[in-house]
Amino acid sequence: MTADEQVRPDRAQDEDEGLDVSLPADGGLEGPGRRRFLGYVLAGATLVTAADLVAGGTPAHAKIPSLPQPAELYDLNDLITDAARPTANLISITINRDGTASFALPRSENGQGIVDSTAMLIAEELDLPVSKVKVTLADARPELLFNQLTGGSTTTTSTFTPIRVAAAIAKGALLDAAAIVLGDTVALLQSKGGVITAPSGRSVTYGELATRAASGRDRQVAVDLKSSGYRVIGTPVKRSDARAAVTGRKKYTLDLKVPGALPTMVCRPPSLNGEPISVRNLRAVRRMPGVTHVLQIDTGVAVRARTFGQCIDAIRALEVQWKDGPVVGDSDGDIRTKLRAAQLPFVVPRVDVLASTVEHEFTFWFKGNSALEPNAAIADVRADRAEIWSGLKNPIIAQQEIAQAVGLPQDAVKVHVIQGGGSFGRKLFFDGALEAAKISKAMGVPVKLMWHRADDTRQGRVHPMAVSRTRATYLGGNVLSFEQRHASVSTDYRHGLGEILSATAAKLPFGGNYSFAQSIYLLTQELGYDFGVVDSLLNEVDERFNTGSMRNIYSPDTRTAIELTVEDLARKMKKDPYEFRREFAKNARTKAVLDAVAKAANWGKTMAPGTAQGIAIHREYKGVTACVVELDCRPRTVNRRIREARTGPRVMRATFAVDAGLVINPNHLEAQMQGGMMDGIALALTSSLHLRNGRFLEASWDNYAYTRQWNVPPKMKVVIVDSGVDQPGGAGEAGVAATCAAVATAYWRATGTMPKEFPINHQQALHFRTKPFVPPVPQSPRNGLRFTF
Amino acid sequence: MPQHTFLVNGRRVSVNSDSDVRLLWILRDRLGITGPKYGCGINVCKACTSHINGKAFNPCAVRVGDLKRNDEVTTIEGLAKVGPKRPKGELHPMQEAWIDQDVAQCGYCQPGQIMAAVAKVREARREGRRISDADLDEIRNICRCGTYFRIREAIKDGARRMGPRD
Repeated sequence: MTADEQVRPDRAQDEDEGLDVSLPADGGLEGPGRRRFLGYVLAGATLVTAADLVAGGTPAHAKIPSLPQPAELYDLNDLITDAARPTANLISITINRDGTASFALPRSENGQGIVDSTAMLIAEELDLPVSKVKVTLADARPELLFNQLTGGSTTTTSTFTPIRVAAAIAKGALLDAAAIVLGDTVALLQSKGGVITAPSGRSVTYGELATRAASGRDRQVAVDLKSSGYRVIGTPVKRSDARAAVTGRKKYTLDLKVPGALPTMVCRPPSLNGEPISVRNLRAVRRMPGVTHVLQIDTGVAVRARTFGQCIDAIRALEVQWKDGPVVGDSDGDIRTKLRAAQLPFVVPRVDVLASTVEHEFTFWFKGNSALEPNAAIADVRADRAEIWSGLKNPIIAQQEIAQAVGLPQDAVKVHVIQGGGSFGRKLFFDGALEAAKISKAMGVPVKLMWHRADDTRQGRVHPMAVSRTRATYLGGNVLSFEQRHASVSTDYRHGLGEILSATAAKLPFGGNYSFAQSIYLLTQELGYDFGVVDSLLNEVDERFNTGSMRNIYSPDTRTAIELTVEDLARKMKKDPYEFRREFAKNARTKAVLDAVAKAANWGKTMAPGTAQGIAIHREYKGVTACVVELDCRPRTVNRRIREARTGPRVMRATFAVDAGLVINPNHLEAQMQGGMMDGIALALTSSLHLRNGRFLEASWDNYAYTRQWNVPPKMKVVIVDSGVDQPGGAGEAGVAATCAAVATAYWRATGTMPKEFPINHQQALHFRTKPFVPPVPQSPRNGLRFTF
Repeated sequence: MPQHTFLVNGRRVSVNSDSDVRLLWILRDRLGITGPKYGCGINVCKACTSHINGKAFNPCAVRVGDLKRNDEVTTIEGLAKVGPKRPKGELHPMQEAWIDQDVAQCGYCQPGQIMAAVAKVREARREGRRISDADLDEIRNICRCGTYFRIREAIKDGARRMGPRD
C-alpha cells in the first residue's frame, strides 16, 4: 500500500483570523473538532448569518480530515494480490534454445495489453529485447488456486513481483552458466540483448546457455530486483499483436478450427431466464438444410449445423413452449421502487443546529455488459476427456464446474484460454463454455457455440441497476459529513476468486453472495475528500438478474452521485468546482492530478451558452484520476438526427489525468484511459437496457447505445502524472468513473438542471423499434448490396 | 444445391450452397476466411465490413446467390494486395497507419474498421474532397473497447498515405 501524505488541517489560518478556537459553544457542545467549528460560527455570527459567511468568500480554513475508509487501508487490489500470493511462485519462465524466453501467463488478455506488459517485465529483468519474449495464455491450472483470476485491474499489481522474480532467477542461472562457459566470475559479466559478454570479449548467447543453465533439481534462490533505472519498463512499446490484428490473422475463439466442432447456437426463451418446457417440431427442424442436431437443454433448444446462418434459420423455425422467467411482470420502474425500499438509513446525526444539508438521490438504470465478440466457446466432450476453448477470466472454476457437469474428473478436462474480443468483466462468467460442454456431451460431437447478438444483449450479463443516495452537511466553509447509501440489484460474484472454494462460499444461501458484494464494495469505495465524518454502505437485493462486475463495478455510479453532490456543495459555498475539489482533496496525489487536468483542459475558460466544462476525480486501483469534459447541450447538437442512434449532448473535448503509480507502458495506459472515457460517456449519456415486463428490449448495438463515432469527443487528451511511486497501480478500469461523473457535472452546468438518472435519456422515447422475442433472434437482412460506399 | 462462383482476395472460388445462405457464413464457415467477424449478423455493428468491387459492404446481409462470377470480394486478408505492388512485408497504407497509431486493443472490430476506413477515404476522393470529422462521424463500425480516437487519427493518417490506387 503506497503511503499517501495526510493533509493536516491548516491551523495557521485560524491564528491569522484571530479566531478563538477554544471559545465554548453557546450550547456547551463538546469535543475539540466541535469547538473549532463553533469558533468560526461565533466569529461569523457576530456580523452575519451562516449563509453569508460563505458569501464573504471564506478563506481555505481547516477542512475536517476524514478517517481512512477501509479501501484506503486495504483495497480489492490488495485482496486479489494476497489471494494470488500463496501460489505466486508456481509460475515459471523458460529459456529456449533459440535464445527467446517463453512464459505462459495465468491470466486472460482481452485488449487490456497484459500480454505485452508482461513481456516487458520479463524483458526488463532478463535483459532481452521485448520481441524475444513470447507470452502466451496458460491453460486452466487448478494448482494455482486463486492465482488465475483476471479482474479488478489487478494483473499488473499481482504479477509485478512474481514474474520479475522468475525472470531475475532465470538471468541469475544464465549468468552462473555463462561464468562456467566463459571461465570468468559472474560479477564481471555483462548481459545485454540476450548475449552475455566477459571482459575478455568472449561471449555466449542465452540460446547457447539454455540447456547448460537448466537444473536437475528444484532449489531456492534469492534475487534482487531492479527498482529504478529501467530500460524497458516505462517505455511506450507498441502492441505485439498489432500486425496480426490489422491483417485478420489474429484468431479469436470463433476463428479456431477444431476438427468436427460445427456451428452451434441455442434458441432462447422470450423472457429473461425463462426455461423450455417442450418442443413441438423437433423432427421437422432436424431435417432443415445443414442441421446435424437439435436438442432441448436447460437454457433453451440447441441447434448444430454446417453454418451459423443455418443455425439461425433453424432457431427461427422452432416452435417451443416456454416457462416464464422469474422477472415477468416487472419493469425497471418496479425495480427502482424495490431499490428505494431497500436503502439503508443514513446514520450521522445533525452535527450542529446551524449546519445545512444537501441530500440527493440518483438512479442508474441497467447497463449491458456485452463485448463485441459474442459469448463463444468450443467444446469437445468425450467419454473419458474433454477439451474446451474460450476467452475465460476464471478458467479454474470453469474447469471445475464443467468437469462436474459432464461427469469427468477435473484433470480430464483441458481448458484453453483464448485471447478475447473484449471482456469488461463479461468473461468472469464461463456460461458459454459450460453450455457448450453440456451440449457437446449431450450431442456426442464437438460444438462451436456462439450466442447471437440478441442473446448476448437480452440474456447476457448486465451491470445491475442501482439507486444511490447521498447526504452531506456543511457549515461555513466546512463539510462536516458525507454519507452515501447505494442500493443495487444483486451483483453476481458466484465465480468467487476464480475457483470452487470461494465460488461455493459465494453461492451459500442467506447472504453468501451478499457478503462478497459488501466486502468488494467496502474495498473499492474511497471518497477522496476530507469531509469530516464519511461513510458509504451498500445494500443489494433481487437475485433474479444475470449481473456482473462490469468495468469499474460500483464506481461509475457511486462516483457520479458523489461528484454531483460535491458540485452542489461547491455551489452552496460559492466556490469554483475545481478550487473546491482541490481544497478538500484528501491528499497530494489527488491535488496533483486535479491540477494537471485543470491546466491541460484550460479549466475556467469562457464557454458558449448551452455548453460547459465539468470536472471530477476518482480514487481507486492504487491511483487517482481526474477528468474535465466540455459538454455541448445546445439544441443543434442534442437534436442531431442519425438513423437508429442516440445523439443528444456531445462531449466536444475530453481531458483526462491519471496517476497510476509506476507505469509499465504509457502507450497502453493512455489506450486504457481512452477506452474507459468512452465507457464513461456511454454510461452518462446514451446507453441502458430497458426492462419491460420481465424482458430487456434491446437486441443490437443500434438498440443498446454504447458510444459510437457520433458520440465521440473530437478532441481528447490523456495526461499521465508521475507521482514518483515505485509500485504499479491498476489501469484497465481506471478511466470510467471520473469521466462519467465529469459528464454529469458538465450537464448540470450547461443546462441548469441537475441530472438525476443515468443515462440521462433513459426515460425518453426509444430510438428503435423493439425486435420480436419469438423467435428470439432476427433474420439476417438480404439487402446489403444496396448500402455499399 | 446450386454452385456459386465469385472472386475472393484475388482467387476464384466455387461453393455449393443454398442461395439464401449469407456470404459471411460462406466466407467464415465454408471457406475458412475468418478476418470478417461476426458481431451481430444484422448489418448493424459492421464488424464484418469487407469490400465488393472496391466498395465497403457487409457480407452478413448479402445472399451468396446474389454474387456474380466477376464480383470481387476483398476481405481484410486481401487488403495488402490491393493497389500498387508493395515491397515484401509492407501492408496497405491504412493498415500501416493503424500499426503506427497503435489503434487496436482487443482487435475484434479492427478488420471491419480498416475496410470501412479505406472505403470512406475513397468515397471522399471520388467526391473531390478530403476526409473530414463529418465523414468520421458517419462511420457506424462499433468499437466496444472505445478506440475511436485512435481510429480517427489513423484514418486521417492513412488518408494522407493512400495513393490513387490504394
